[in-house]
Amino acid sequence: MTVITFIQHDGSERMVDGDVGLSLMETALKHDVPGIDADCGGGAICGTCHCFVEAAGDIPAPDSQEIAMLGLRPDRADNSRLACQIMVSEGMPNITVRLPEFQM
Amino acid sequence: MNMPAGISTPDYRAMPLEALDVSDPRMFQYDYWHELFARLREECPVHYQPDSPAGPFWSVTRYEDIVAIERDTETFSSEPSIAIIDPEPDMILRMFIAMDPPEHDDQRRAVHHVVAPRNLQEFETLIRERTIGVLDSLPENEPFDWVKLVSRDLTTKMLATLFDFPWEERNKLTEWSDMFTSDVRITAGEGSTREVIIEHITACLQRFTELWHERKGDGKEAFDLIRMLQADPNTENMVDDPLTYMGNIMLLIVGGNDTTRNSMSGGVVFLNQFPDEMAKVRQNPDLIPSMVSEIIRYQTPLPHMRRTTTRDVELNGQKIAKGEKVVLWFVSGNYDDAVIERPNDFWIDRPSVRNHLSFGAGIHRCMGNRLAEMQLRILWEEALQRFETIEVVGEPKRTCNLFIRGFTELPVKVTRFQS
Repeated sequence: MTVITFIQHDGSERMVDGDVGLSLMETALKHDVPGIDADCGGGAICGTCHCFVEAAGDIPAPDSQEIAMLGLRPDRADNSRLACQIMVSEGMPNITVRLPEFQM
Repeated sequence: MNMPAGISTPDYRAMPLEALDVSDPRMFQYDYWHELFARLREECPVHYQPDSPAGPFWSVTRYEDIVAIERDTETFSSEPSIAIIDPEPDMILRMFIAMDPPEHDDQRRAVHHVVAPRNLQEFETLIRERTIGVLDSLPENEPFDWVKLVSRDLTTKMLATLFDFPWEERNKLTEWSDMFTSDVRITAGEGSTREVIIEHITACLQRFTELWHERKGDGKEAFDLIRMLQADPNTENMVDDPLTYMGNIMLLIVGGNDTTRNSMSGGVVFLNQFPDEMAKVRQNPDLIPSMVSEIIRYQTPLPHMRRTTTRDVELNGQKIAKGEKVVLWFVSGNYDDAVIERPNDFWIDRPSVRNHLSFGAGIHRCMGNRLAEMQLRILWEEALQRFETIEVVGEPKRTCNLFIRGFTELPVKVTRFQS
């Protein structure tokens, strides 16, 4: 079981169990975790599910589309990701997702 | 829809596909575009038009194809122009909307801050005050032009605020914006010639260059788009490169103008056409943000953007050669029932209401989307509190422009709640 910890910009935390096959974005929406807008619904074409990800092990790297969208963010960091592009899979390590101050 | 003599709705279903004219701005002026794009989506989703006032071009009409193109910026370049008309070789304005990565990314990031939600919070009070001022000065129980008194006035004031543009000169911003998008080749001959447009571009550049120099190093802690360009190392010397400075100014003026203005008018029209939706939002004002997204989809104020192929490519069975114009019809994608459920319904609480193409998609997705949504949200929050009725009392007049779906006149009558 992968545990996903969402940390809001104000520091408040929420831990949920990840469902295999759902993205981190879908996981957040399923559990009503705020801070993710997901305007495009998961296509990596809007950039409104930007987050900062720390995993306790390896997770798949971003593809070129995700990298292109992250490149627009003024607040991009080394661990910036789009939550819609990280799918929870069998045996995935636990993940901490920090939400940015705002989506845009 | 009343049309003047000599103009009638083309029988899009009966014409051969190769005879369909997708460059006809009258389709937006007289609102007869639905059938054209419906047929293209069904029978010829990637359509070639060999001859038009803007030259030959491809039309892409399905939602999913538009998204696929927006993701592939290497094949579908935004250079040299996102308008269907090629820029004049001696006047290629440099703006990030018409650039590819990596230059696009640097320039966009430099101005993105100004419309970041953190900054918008500071603007919200000011926008609300100005909105209230405009709504409270509207006449009661007599028809007035909503476009002039509300949509144009509010967006002009907003733009002047963003640029900290001299208040008494602010109408120039809207005049310039209208001028920049009015080329005769996309307005059925009703717009402006190249000479007139260049005259206005020159006047605009001159005024903004003066403002740049007045502000440079005046030590004021102020917050406006010009100072933001001056403060960023990527853009601090932009004024020395007039085509780039003018390009960015034009982009911000046009981007913040027709779009919001026409969605402000469209909302009134749609809520009159769909009274059940008006009743819904009256009963539950929490639906306003969702309604705003639906207004923006339903209006699609910028109906298309153009890309140019960098290589030969095949799309939906059509072979597109390198260097050809590819027009992405957002307005068609937004009414594509393969993705949008019951697209012809104005449905303010539809599922996935934010899933629309009015802002585009991918790296060129509208930078000012949050600002636009905020302006529209505030307008409707304040309007619904004040007005018991907002009634369209005459035929709206629409813009004759292939690049702009909008209104030039909207006769409206309001009544206020008795307090």
